Amino acid sequence: MDVEILARIQFAFTIAFHYIYPPLSIGLGLVMVVFESLYIRTKNEEYHVLAKFWTKIFALTFGIGVVTGIVMEFEFGTNWAVYSRYVGDIFGSALAAEGIFAFALESGFLGVLLFGWNRVKPWVHLVSTIGVFLGSMFSAIWIVVANSWQQTPAGYHIVGEGFNARAEITDFWAMVFNPSSVDRILHVWLGAFLAGAFLILSVHAYYILKGRFVAISKKAFKLTLVVATIFSLGQLVTGHSSADGVAKNQPAKLAAMEGHFDASGPADMYLLGWVDKQNQEVTGLKIPGGLSFLIDYDFEAPVTGLNAFPEEDRPSQLNAVFQFYHLMITIGMFLIALSLYACFQWWRGKLFDKRWLLWTFVVTAFLPQIANQVGWFAAEMGRQPWVVYGLLRTSDAFSQAVSANQVLFSLILFMVVYTLLFLLFVYLLNKKIKHGPYDDSEESDRPLTKEITGVLTGN
Amino acid sequence: METFLGLDYPTWWFLVIGALFSGYAILDGFDFGAGAWHLFFEKEHSRRVALNAVGPVWDGNEVWLVIGGGALFAGFPVLYATLFSSMYVPFMLFLVCIIFRAISIEFRGKEEMQWWRRTWDIGYSVSSILLAFLLGVILGNVLQGIAIGPQYQYQGAGFFEFLNPYALMTGTTTLALFMVHGAIYLLLKTEGRLFTKLTLLLKKSIIFFMLSFGITTLYTLLYIPHLSDAFKNNSILFAVPLATFFSIANVPRLAKKGKYRGAFFFSCVTIALLLTLVAIELYPTLLFSTVDPTYSIDVYNAAASTKTLRIMMLMVAIGGPLVLGYTYFVYRTFRGKVILDETSY
Repeated sequence: MDVEILARIQFAFTIAFHYIYPPLSIGLGLVMVVFESLYIRTKNEEYHVLAKFWTKIFALTFGIGVVTGIVMEFEFGTNWAVYSRYVGDIFGSALAAEGIFAFALESGFLGVLLFGWNRVKPWVHLVSTIGVFLGSMFSAIWIVVANSWQQTPAGYHIVGEGFNARAEITDFWAMVFNPSSVDRILHVWLGAFLAGAFLILSVHAYYILKGRFVAISKKAFKLTLVVATIFSLGQLVTGHSSADGVAKNQPAKLAAMEGHFDASGPADMYLLGWVDKQNQEVTGLKIPGGLSFLIDYDFEAPVTGLNAFPEEDRPSQLNAVFQFYHLMITIGMFLIALSLYACFQWWRGKLFDKRWLLWTFVVTAFLPQIANQVGWFAAEMGRQPWVVYGLLRTSDAFSQAVSANQVLFSLILFMVVYTLLFLLFVYLLNKKIKHGPYDDSEESDRPLTKEITGVLTGN
Repeated sequence: METFLGLDYPTWWFLVIGALFSGYAILDGFDFGAGAWHLFFEKEHSRRVALNAVGPVWDGNEVWLVIGGGALFAGFPVLYATLFSSMYVPFMLFLVCIIFRAISIEFRGKEEMQWWRRTWDIGYSVSSILLAFLLGVILGNVLQGIAIGPQYQYQGAGFFEFLNPYALMTGTTTLALFMVHGAIYLLLKTEGRLFTKLTLLLKKSIIFFMLSFGITTLYTLLYIPHLSDAFKNNSILFAVPLATFFSIANVPRLAKKGKYRGAFFFSCVTIALLLTLVAIELYPTLLFSTVDPTYSIDVYNAAASTKTLRIMMLMVAIGGPLVLGYTYFVYRTFRGKVILDETSY
């Protein structure tokens, strides 16, 4: 295999692995802030226990997120040297801003969040939790800004020619608020909230099913269900406006997402399907003119199709882009249906009576994660053959000085290390969940223990 | 070229990155150093105390690496691209060690089994040692220069080309320096037998550092003459090596009197001064080409546009005090000797 394809595999692998963790940190952070604020307001010890329990799980995800993130920052230089030279002015600024304004905030307060429960006043601890949460939100802003600039470059001009060509900033704020930034930041935030919320729902549903920590889990479940419902519905809005933006700014990507070949005819919307690139056909279940309607509110409106672009400017993996995009949407719809149905049962007072519903929540923890992953795959593969849309091709961007053997060596190294890391993560997560929210030292505080001691001592 | 307070923007950015790297070396330096000593402690309790001495701060220390990396990417994209792609293997090993070290710290305390803890103890210590060594190796290659051809393209090929004699010397010196620095940090955080043991280890490591530093300096003067040009041209600059010498001498002097806060202050100053020496030796070159000096990368041909540098300076002016504020807050919260509780590693 050549250097380019190896470098692409390595980047895709390391970033997909990295992206398991930061969304969890952001989502868990949000709910931790809710739990801890409620504890400070109500002085109800149960919220304290919940906040501490989820902080421990947060610690597990955060640490892995940090180190796998450093890998990403270095990989631009090691594997994509031409790209780094080309976009350093812009992409580098966003990364530096992320470090200084976001990551420093997160990591600075992290020590107090994890180890400061007995050292600082409760409100100082809450401030630290909020600091970490805000830091992780800000991180997402700068990283998505950097990536959005690759999708929809703005606020720059090109200086020099050929090998010496590079993009330089002309307007910083136009670069930051490039046409796709805001939509995509919101979409990524909400995706992260859902990843965290559905993990919490999953764990507490499991406890309720197993009859452990039931009272506290019901409380946590209801609160988190509110968060999940709001944001799964919200994701519909941010998803729609993101797609609108893609239609306007990256028509080739949108056409690939729906398998729309006709250069300027009305476009269908598929619920599911299969793209045959050779014959330019999609077979599947469709709403005729659906895509035209979503963009222009008119089933007959023309939409720019793949054939409007020269062969070398179209994404090559059409079926993959199509499938990833549709899987994301299907999962999104399922999350909306599930959380609304659960709210309905809650309203009827029967939320915890249906075991199948709770079991569904237990397994649903994986779905927002999958949706986040495939969403990014669709976004990044749909941008091909460009690494910076319309400006720099992926095939021109990799490091010329690095040999295929070197990349193969590092790729194997990362695969081994990340597999080990993932197995350990799953093992420890499972262990923490089995152990439950109470510390061993707080054994006597467990509701059941209290009850038993109460009965025995006659209180 | 536009200037600010009499210096042009690329030079300012060179100073900013120098300051960021010094901050990083001082902070992650003591926790790499502390990790390097880890296997020298035999008792489980000692190991836990030593690990928890860096527990709440190591992650904040690595922030400086992230900021420094981003600053290099944005400020000197050409250097970032050429250095990282030419030093591919050492940077990949560095990343793998960063990962191993972090998971060793995180996972060690999660199980009681002896084999589990022993495994992560080794992971933590070996990766700390390698990280300090690799930082020194990369520095050695930068000081010595690498084979850069036309269009900033690295022309070396060998898998292990980065492991040359000079790089091995700078690697060893960096490791020794961080071990001195880490031992003093641990002395500030520990008590009892571990503390006594550390006083002995500190003495040995200071001697080891001085020897390897002396040899490296001698080699530099004899075989890498371009590094002393700046000093030949401007004799006032000799004050810096002189100050470095005094700063190093203060470390054992204060340690002997048991004044470890003072010793720690001077080990921090020593690291900053050594990097100042590096900066003087290099400037205005950043990466010397061993193929032909005209291919060298310097602060001017590597710099981003003046506009970007100006924006970034503003970011540092706003963000820098904030970062120092968070750092102060966390160190203040965890000041004093290590106390283990149920949230510790």
